[in-house]
Parts: sequence; C-alpha cells; structure tokens
Amino acid sequence: MTTTPYRWVLPGTPSLGVVAPRAGAGAGPAGSAVPPDEAARRAVAGVLAELSSGDHRGVVVDSPPGAGKSTLVVRAAGELARAGEPLIVVAQTNEQVDDLIDRLAQAEPDLPIGRLSANDYTASERVRHYSTVRVAAKVADLGGSSVIIGTAAKWAMVPEGRWPWAIVDEAYQMRSDALLRVAGRFDRALFVGDPGQLDPFSTVETERWVGLTWDPMQSAVAALLRHNPELPVHRLPVSWRLPASAAPVVAEAFYPFTGFSAGTTEAQRSLSFTTAGLGGGPVDEALELAASTGWALYELPARHTLRTDAEAAAACARLALRLLERGAVAVSERDPAGRPVTADRIAIGAAHRDQVAAIRSQLGPAGAGITVDTANRLQGREYDVTIVLHPLSGRRDATAFHLEAGRLCVLTSRHRHACVVVARAGIAELLDAHPSTEPVHLNVPVKFPDGWEANQAMLARLAAHRTTAR
Amino acid sequence: MTSMNTAERLAAIRGGAKPKRHNARTIAALTRNPGCARRAVLDCAGIDKQRLAAYVDFPARFGQSQFAIARGNAFEAQVKADGAAELLTLLRERLGLSIPEVAYDDLASVTGREQESPEVRYARTRTLLIRAATGAGDAGTLFDHPLLRINVAGQPVYLEPDLIAFQAGGRFHVVEIKSFAIVDGQADAGKVSSAAIQSAVYVLAMRELLAEAGFDPEIVSHDVVLVCPRDFSNRPTAVLVDVRKQLAVLRRQLGRMTRIDELLAALPPDLSFDLAPDAAGVPTRDPAAIVTALRAIDARYTPDCLAVCELAYFCRHEARGCTAALGPATREALGGIDRVETALALAHDVLPPAEEQAEAAALLQAAARLRAEALAGAPA
Amino acid sequence: MSTLVALARAEAVAAGFAQRTTTVRHLHVAARPLVFVPLSMAGEANAPLAALVGTDPAAPRLLVVPQPRNRDQRFRFAAELAEVLLPYLDSFRGVAEAVPVNRGKEIRHRYVDAPQVLVPNPAGIQFTRLLGRSTRFRRTDGDYPVHPSVPLLGRWLTFLADRAEHPGSCLLLAMTEALTLHWATGQSPLEDNHLAALLAWIDPPDGLTGAEAAARAEDPLTWPPAGPLTDPTFDNEVLAPLIAAYAEAGDDPGRQARAREALAEALRGQLAPTWRLMWRGLALLRDLPPGARVAQRWAEDRDAFTGFASYLDEGGHPQPRRDGAVVAAQRLHRLERALQSYAVQRAYDDPLVMADYRLTGEAFVGEVTLADPNRIDDSGRRRVLRPRIMLRTTDPVQVTPGTAVYSPDRPQQKARVVLVTPRPDGTGTDVVLELTGGLGRALTPAPGSVPEVGERVCYTTLSDGFMPPGEFPAREETPWTHGGPPTADEEAVEPTAEDALEEWE
Ligand code: SF4
Repeated sequence: MTTTPYRWVLPGTPSLGVVAPRAGAGAGPAGSAVPPDEAARRAVAGVLAELSSGDHRGVVVDSPPGAGKSTLVVRAAGELARAGEPLIVVAQTNEQVDDLIDRLAQAEPDLPIGRLSANDYTASERVRHYSTVRVAAKVADLGGSSVIIGTAAKWAMVPEGRWPWAIVDEAYQMRSDALLRVAGRFDRALFVGDPGQLDPFSTVETERWVGLTWDPMQSAVAALLRHNPELPVHRLPVSWRLPASAAPVVAEAFYPFTGFSAGTTEAQRSLSFTTAGLGGGPVDEALELAASTGWALYELPARHTLRTDAEAAAACARLALRLLERGAVAVSERDPAGRPVTADRIAIGAAHRDQVAAIRSQLGPAGAGITVDTANRLQGREYDVTIVLHPLSGRRDATAFHLEAGRLCVLTSRHRHACVVVARAGIAELLDAHPSTEPVHLNVPVKFPDGWEANQAMLARLAAHRTTAR
Repeated sequence: MTSMNTAERLAAIRGGAKPKRHNARTIAALTRNPGCARRAVLDCAGIDKQRLAAYVDFPARFGQSQFAIARGNAFEAQVKADGAAELLTLLRERLGLSIPEVAYDDLASVTGREQESPEVRYARTRTLLIRAATGAGDAGTLFDHPLLRINVAGQPVYLEPDLIAFQAGGRFHVVEIKSFAIVDGQADAGKVSSAAIQSAVYVLAMRELLAEAGFDPEIVSHDVVLVCPRDFSNRPTAVLVDVRKQLAVLRRQLGRMTRIDELLAALPPDLSFDLAPDAAGVPTRDPAAIVTALRAIDARYTPDCLAVCELAYFCRHEARGCTAALGPATREALGGIDRVETALALAHDVLPPAEEQAEAAALLQAAARLRAEALAGAPA
Repeated sequence: MSTLVALARAEAVAAGFAQRTTTVRHLHVAARPLVFVPLSMAGEANAPLAALVGTDPAAPRLLVVPQPRNRDQRFRFAAELAEVLLPYLDSFRGVAEAVPVNRGKEIRHRYVDAPQVLVPNPAGIQFTRLLGRSTRFRRTDGDYPVHPSVPLLGRWLTFLADRAEHPGSCLLLAMTEALTLHWATGQSPLEDNHLAALLAWIDPPDGLTGAEAAARAEDPLTWPPAGPLTDPTFDNEVLAPLIAAYAEAGDDPGRQARAREALAEALRGQLAPTWRLMWRGLALLRDLPPGARVAQRWAEDRDAFTGFASYLDEGGHPQPRRDGAVVAAQRLHRLERALQSYAVQRAYDDPLVMADYRLTGEAFVGEVTLADPNRIDDSGRRRVLRPRIMLRTTDPVQVTPGTAVYSPDRPQQKARVVLVTPRPDGTGTDVVLELTGGLGRALTPAPGSVPEVGERVCYTTLSDGFMPPGEFPAREETPWTHGGPPTADEEAVEPTAEDALEEWE
C-alpha cells in the first residue's frame, strides 16, 4: 500500500508538512463535495488502515478543535487491542487519562484496562465504577490489562518493558523531552493532537538547543517529524464541535494551510432565550448577536488597564450570568428539542491566572457552576457558550505570550454555539504599532500561523459583530 | 495612494534638502517601531535623521568599526570571486540543484557609468529579470547588484542592494551575504532577524517587479539564501531562511505608510525641518526651532529605540520621568501609569487616584506597603 | 518584572540613586575571585584582541593580540590566558571534604573551595563560551599544533560557560547581572547592560547623583565599553593606525617592540576603567550579607568543579559541539529544577523577594490568632497528630482550601489550607491551616514545632522540598523518534585531525 499524507482528502489538496507547511492554495475544507460525516468516516478509516498496514513506525493525526480526536483514540485503542496487540496510551494530564478510560471502558465493556498512577492518586468516580479498570502504581500489578493508560510523566518513570503499540494523545501539548523519555516503551505509535493549540513551553530561557532537530523544548510532534519526515500525517477534516458560524473563521485564522469544515449546518444549531432582554442593554445586545450569528465582540471603551481590569472582568461575569438569567436554550443535532444552557455548559476563558481569579470573584455564588480558566487549562474542553477575555484587552503593548496564536485559538474554539469576546477598544492600533523585532533562529521551521497575523484575522472577523458597552 | 498634495507636503516638511535615499536597511527599520508618528513622518519625508539628531545636540551613536566593514567587504569579495564560484557550489548544495551552467551578470558594471540614473538602471534590471523569467532554460543566472524599486508612502524608492538574485528553472532566490559567523549551526538571532527582514524587502521588490510584468510573484521564493562564514573560518556556508513572516509584516507596514496623510493632517501646517543652509551650505536654522518642530510630532519612545533609531537620545531625553523610558515591562508592572512621579504618588497614597487609576493605585499601594515592611526588617 | 522591582525602579528615578531589591546577597562572592575583561575585534566571530585578567586588583595581567586575524597569535593569546587561568583553577584543588551520599552508605569528596571568574557582562560570558569552543578541539600534534594548555583551557572555559547557564551557579558570573539582581536603577534594563552606567546609579562619585553619573558614564571617551566589543571610534581612530604600524614594523625588532608597546598602552587604556569597575562591583556585592542558602548552592558549584576536574584527570575529551538528544533533555531537566529551587530559595532567604509572592497572593504573612497544637486526627486507621493554627493576614490571599503551603521558618513542615475566610469588618483574612511533618515522633508536638499564638509567620505555595530526578534513556538508546544514537558531533570524543584543523584564514 502506498501512503501519502492526507490521502483520503479530496484530490487537489496539497500534502503539507505540519510544522512549516509550504505556501499553497488555501486548501478548502474537505467537506465541499463529500458530506461531513462521510469525510470524517473516511478519515478515521484511513488512519486505522494505516495503523494496521504497519508500513510506518508512526502515524500522526492532526485534529482541529472538536474533530473527534477522542473518538479516534478510543476506536484505535479498541481495534489494536482486539487484534491482540498489547497497547499503552500516553496522555498528558490525569484528567485526560480519566476521560479516556471513561470513554474506552464504555465503548469496550469487556476490555481489561489498566490505569497506571502515582502512589498518591485516588481513583476518580468515573474510573472506579468500571469493573474492567484496574488501578496500580506499577506495570507489574496491571498484568492482564490489554490497554494500560497513564500520563507521560508516569510513563517516564517506567524503566522497562516494551509494547508493540502506543497511542500518544495530545501529542502537540507534549514536549519533545517527554517523548524521548517514553519512546523506548513502544515499537510503533499513533500520535494524535491539535496543532493549533498552545505549544509546550519551558521556564528555562536558553538558546542552547535552537536549531537542533531534537530541541527538547519543542513539541513532541515537531521532533518526531523532523527526524522522520516520511511519516504519514493525517488530518481529521470535520469539526463536530464548532458551529457553521465558527469553523470557517477559526480555520482561516489558525489553520490557514489545512482548513477544516463544520460537521453541522446552520439549521442544526441554534441558541435562543426563554426570557426577553428587558431594557435591551448592550449585554443583551451582545448575547443576542452571539445567539444569532455565533459571535459577538463586547467592546469596552479604550483604556490601558491592569491585567486584572475590573471592568472587563465584571463584563465577562455579567455576560455569563445574564446568559443564565435569560434561560438560554441550545438546539443541536444532539438535542433537537433543545437543552437549557446550564452553568456547566458555559466557560469564561482568559490568558492569566490572576484574570481568572478576578472574573471568578465577580461571578459570585450565582455563577458557581460556570467554568473560569486559563487558555492552557481549557485546552481540549467543550462548552455551549464561551466568553473570552481577549488576551490583548487593555494592553499597551503586546508580548509574544499575548500574541501567541495558540492562545487565541484555544479561547475561540471551545464553543458549540456561540462565543462572546470581551475587549477594550484599541487592539487594532496595538497590533499596528507592534514592533517586529522577533529574533530569527537558523534551522528552526517557521511556525504558522503567526500570532500577529492570526490576531489580525480574528479581529477583522469580530469587527462585524461589535457591540459597544455603554 | 498618496496624492500630489501629500508629496508636496512632505517636500515642504523636508525643506530644501534632497530626500535621503532609502535602502533595505532603512525600510526594514520601519518595522521596528511602527507606532511612532515622529519617525513615520521623518522617514516618509526622506529627512536625514542622523543629521537632525546631531543638529539638536543629541547625536546618534551608530558608529561602525572599519574592521567590521573591512571584514564584510573581504568576505563578500571572496564569495563572489571567480564568477562567484564558491557561491555556486553552495547554491547547488542548498537548493539541491544540478545546474550545469550558470551565467553571472553584474548589473552595476554593464556600462561603468556611475552617474547613470536609477530609472535607467532599474529598467535594465527589469529587462534582464523578465528575460530570465521568460526564457528559463537549464542555465541559471546570478544577477549581481540589480537595482530594485519599492513604493514607500506612495513614492518610488530605489534600492541599491549588494544583493544577488539567483535564477534557475524560472525560480528566483534572493541571496544575502553577511559576515557574521554561523558557529555549529547557530548565529546571532538579532543579526539573522535583521538580515531576514532586509531580504524580505528584496523579495517584495522583485515580486512586485515580476508581478507588474504579468508573472506569478511566487516565482520569487520566500526562502532566502543566507551566506555567512562558517565557525571561525572564512569559508562560507549557506542556510535557507524562510521570510514569509517578514513579508507579511512588511506588506502591512508599507500599507500603513500610505496612510501618512492622516498623520500629516494633524500636524501644524508650517511644520518644517529645513536647516536653511546659507550659500556656503552652513545651516542657519535655530536648533531650538528644530526641537519645537520635533516636539510637534508625537513620539513613542521605548528603550529599544536606542538600537534602531537615530533620534533615540533626543527622544530618551524627552521621555525622562515617563515610565516608558524604563521599558515596557516596568511600565506594565507599574500599572501602566504614564509618569514616574504619578506612580510614586499613588503608591504612597499622596495623590487621590483618578477613576481609571484606582486599580493601579491599589496595586501600587500594596506593593509599597510590602516593600517598606520587608526593608524595615519585618519577619517573613 | 514584578511590581515591587518596578516600584524600586520608579523610586530610583525619584531618588536619583539605585534602590535595593533584595535584603540579602543571593550570590556567593569568593574570597579570591578572578576577574577577566576580554576585548575582541569587531566583525570577527571570536578574535581576541586584548584582555586584563587576574586576581589582584592592583596587578592585572594584560594580554594583547597585535594581529587579531592571525591564527598563531590567537592561540598564543589562549596559551597566555591559560598561564593565568589554569594555575588559578588548580589552586582550588588542595583540600577536599568528605560528603556522605546515598544516606550515608558511601562518601564522596569535594573541594572545600572553588574558583570564581567574573566578566563584565553577558557578552563576556558568550566570549568565554566561544573561546572555549574555538580552543577545546585543538590538538598538540599534527599540522597546526598548539601549546598543550590551549585545549585544556578550552575545556575549562566551556565548563565555566555551561555552568553560567545553571540558575544559581556562581562559578562564572557577569557583573552586570550580579548587580541587577540586587539593585534597581532609574533606567531601563537594556541600559543596565552598560556596566559603567549601572555602577554609576549604584555608587556614584561624590557630589553626583546616580542619574548624573550614569549620563556621564555613557561617554565612551571616559568610560570605554566594557567589551568584548570596542568603541568604533576607538577602532577607527586609534586601533587601526596602531595595528597598521605594527604590521609595517615587519621584522624590525625595535620598531615592532615599540609598535607593540604603543598598542598595549592604547588597549590598556580601554580596559583599565572596566577593570576598576569590576572590583568596585565586587566590593559592593561583598558588603551585602549573604542569604542563608547561598552556601548550599555554592556547595553544588564545588561539586560541579570537583566532578569536572576529575573528569579531566581521567583524560576527559572535549565537550561535544552540540548536546545530543538525551544530553539535551537531561540538561533541560536539570536547569528547570535548578531554576525552580533557586527561585524558591531566594524567596525563603529574603523577605523582600517573598514580598513579590505576597503581592500576587502566592504567599501571605500573618499573626497566629489561634493554635491547637495537640489536635489528633483519629478519622483514619491510625491516630495522628494534626495541629491546626489560624492566622490573620492583610495580604491578598489567593490560595484555596486543600492547597499545600510551606513556611520558610519550618521548611520540613507541610501545611494544608483548611479554610480561608475574609473578615467581615474588612480587616484582612483568617486562614486556618493543618500541619503535618516536622512535629517530632510523639503524639504531642516537639517544642517550637507549632507556631504559637502571637507569632508572625509566612506561608507560601513555594516548596523547597526534594524533587526526584527524572529518568532518561542511555545515549546509545536514543529512540527513533529523536533520530537514534548521537553522532560524533554530539559526543565527547577524541578530536580528529580534521577537528583540529578547522580553517581559520
Ligand atoms: S527614537 Fe524617537 S523618533 Fe525614533 S522611533 Fe523612537 S520615539 Fe520614534
């Protein structure tokens, strides 16, 4: 079987490297001719066929937000295990491990699963209630498990043993050095992750390793592909999370070379309110705009503020609380009859922890069930409605941290229905005045999209959905 | 597009002096503090900032050591020696080309006439590049000293690059020769950054030239060939540098320059930096008047200016007492308060904060309390 | 930058003098440091031009390279530097102490003292690294033999430069960084790289404010740059003619000696002001009281020095050009651990550094208002001592119940936040903590192990606890994901004749 990257994608889509794609015609989403579920089915089938062919030591799957990454991992794990191939799964956080176990145990009720854990780990409820799941701190105590799942940190402490297969989940969040420490445990691996999310980072500032293909500070996938450029890179072409209003926007800003499409149509998703917005202030205007178009930019007057801008934090909280008050109802393919948007279906995202704390304190007890978190911790999560404190809001100058494309991408791609961005006016001017003095390193693939450009693109789209706070 | 009025206005601001020639370095510098109106106006008007700074007694300190210049020239001459033999070997390796034959065209020495106008030389460059793009056979061509053109604020600017454009198989690469070393695959990231943005200027100019002639601009590669000495030797080595990000930045900043009208509209109508030289060429304008003129245009000083702008010492002096002069990180940590004395007054609770300063004041007061406590030797 | 440091900068502007940002010194200052002020030639990758080096402020040794582009002269410079540096390094290899390891089952030796080299600025460290790189692969045989001290010098310089990357290490320090760690000036961090201006802010001459003195210090005529790059005007107007005169002197020994002398004098003039600044900076640092954990970090430096000295004794090959995959990952792991513990230790040693964390809510100081030192938790299988204390703080507490916190005063003890209650009258916050560890073995706490009512204590989420080192594959087992086993460029091997012959001219 011959293998080329993206071979299931419609003809004409260029084969693109992952880290530094060549410029090419912006590949349209794969769904134009083929229905989305069919495109997604083919993509998954392509990955599974590639795995079973055994032609490559590794297979990479790029999964844009909500494109069914976990489903793929669960299916791949199930198929490999059923084929009698002992298998390990490497995830990045304990939360992700528990999520995967939950889904895998549900999908494969007879599969013996081992959870490799730290000594002080107490199994969470969703792990404990499966009789097929065993928890232990040592591999030796998990004998008989067809699949053993643990975090990368935990696997790094396992000194021996070698499995024919591994699935590395959230591989773009994993650092190259973490992969180095676990790669001796498997012969072949499936790497799954979202290239548009935040890159891993280190607190250590050194240029010692830049340019090296094994630079320990880059992502695991970057290191893998720089050493094994022939590995096939598949791409899941359809987002089941992002609504039709968001998929093209997010794809254009953050996945300019590969793109993806929405798995649902505009008609399948809608957001409405059970109570009218009496008085119709700007908060209601923004919510209604978001409900009808999928986006809103709630713009506060221009001002340079502290990171913990109280007015902006209050606006985030007010928007979220108002959404609850108005009894928002989300209609989707999952709930054609509609389902109330409860607190647990709402998230507020920000760049910094102190901003999260400020928003949290503004929310008060009424918003207790609402998720408030930083972009880093919102990665991989999904909500009906998100409210985003723009990372550049109120700033005088942008830093690489605030411009990072992955940060804005995570924040604006968590929602199934609508996203309201809260920002001080003046971000466009800030971006224009941003000096381009970034150092350039030799032999380091340029990463796309550039944060500055992604921010421009996103801002241009949001400008059409502006509500001015009064 | 800039109207004639803008051009006239800029000429008036410049006064009688000839406009200062731009080069790739000065255009690249436009991206280094694009938020500064003072710099934008002076650059658009083609004013000699170095001279201006010296005239108001804040001379720039951008000296260049003759050793560095000599080293740069020697290295370039060596790379280009014998019909650029060394360069060709490197290009074949780096670009993976098996080009049997390469012609070498030095566009500067075709006529040898120094006074030839830029328009004439540009036209010749244009003809040769277009011919190369059309009749691309097997042979490659190296074009040395092409003269390129780019629009800055609506004015055509000629670039006299000591650059080489390399064409093979109908595809062009910009070759940039620099004398900083690449040691074990690494080079000074700041210098590479400058080289990348300068090369991007050339890529852009070549793309414009070819696009005007109906070619696909993408035939000029965004991968620039950077040639530098390897390790501690004089032997050249070449790396490809992807300048797509730099191209995007340049396009955007050059695009903004055409909006110079908006800046000009806000300035006093009689603004002029004319030094009013007398018959002997000695300036007669009162330096204080120049200072006043400079002050009329808003600046955006940051300590980075010291490395990139000729007016930095003037602007730094002007910014004394501003938190901006302490660097953006300090200003941010001080709650974005503009003036140092305001920040301190808020911190020590001797100034009631304005409404928009309330949060910053609370932060600064907490910081001042903790600092005082720790310095007083309280236990921790 | 923290708001406290920024505030110190603002205060420096107002006062006209630099302000302290620490209450103690966080660096070790050796009794007998070696100061090294190198100059290099503009435009070259690493062409030494001159240096002042030595341990005696009154008697520096001046090294001069009359023709910096000449390969032989470059290596002569290296050999001369080695004449100063190698004996200095060796002088610390006299007395060693025994250190128990592996819970006392074995012992290991380490020297009781170690060298400390100071250069003016980070560019000086980069110079040291490059000089190490350009000399460590040289061979003493073959076509271009060098003096045996040259490759040895290269290994030591590389060791020092690598160590300078290690957070908290003091074997090789840049003076500007050592000073800005302890003082904030009224200028930008960028301008603090200028040693003369920085010291002017900290310790201006009589009758001048720091700001005035710093303005004067920017004049390259009185305060030549602290190197390695020289002032371009000096290059063009002084240095170039002198180098030309030396070259023209040809084989005439008298003329050559005179030309060399003139060159040496000019270069000494460029170096001497910086030399004096270095010692002034050292004196200022020495005046600060050291932090409690400085000695512990210096012991790690002594370990590293001892280890590298014995590596060389055993015929250690030069460090590879670049780190291989495994070595890079291991080094990053070490650096991250060191960075974290250095940050924690500074906060533990210094209330002014801890204040940064108090401002962001990661630490708080308060007075103990209630204490239940004998509280027993019998909910589990075993009865255990779990004292609780309540303290009142006016700091902005950001910790939440369940968080583990630690106290610099009782580093062996761990506390868990039980309750955080803002006081209704707005006078601060009450925090209830439950203590474990460091209480002795009985079911009653050892005396002094539980804070008493009225005591002021600090708690923070920062922990100085032991972090177990990570496990890595052997180098030869570098996995396929990272390119497999390393090549010679990434391994410490005997340099080949080719390595030694890197072209120079
Ligand atoms: S030095 Fe002055 S004119 Fe130049 S960029 Fe900076 S602020 Fe603008």
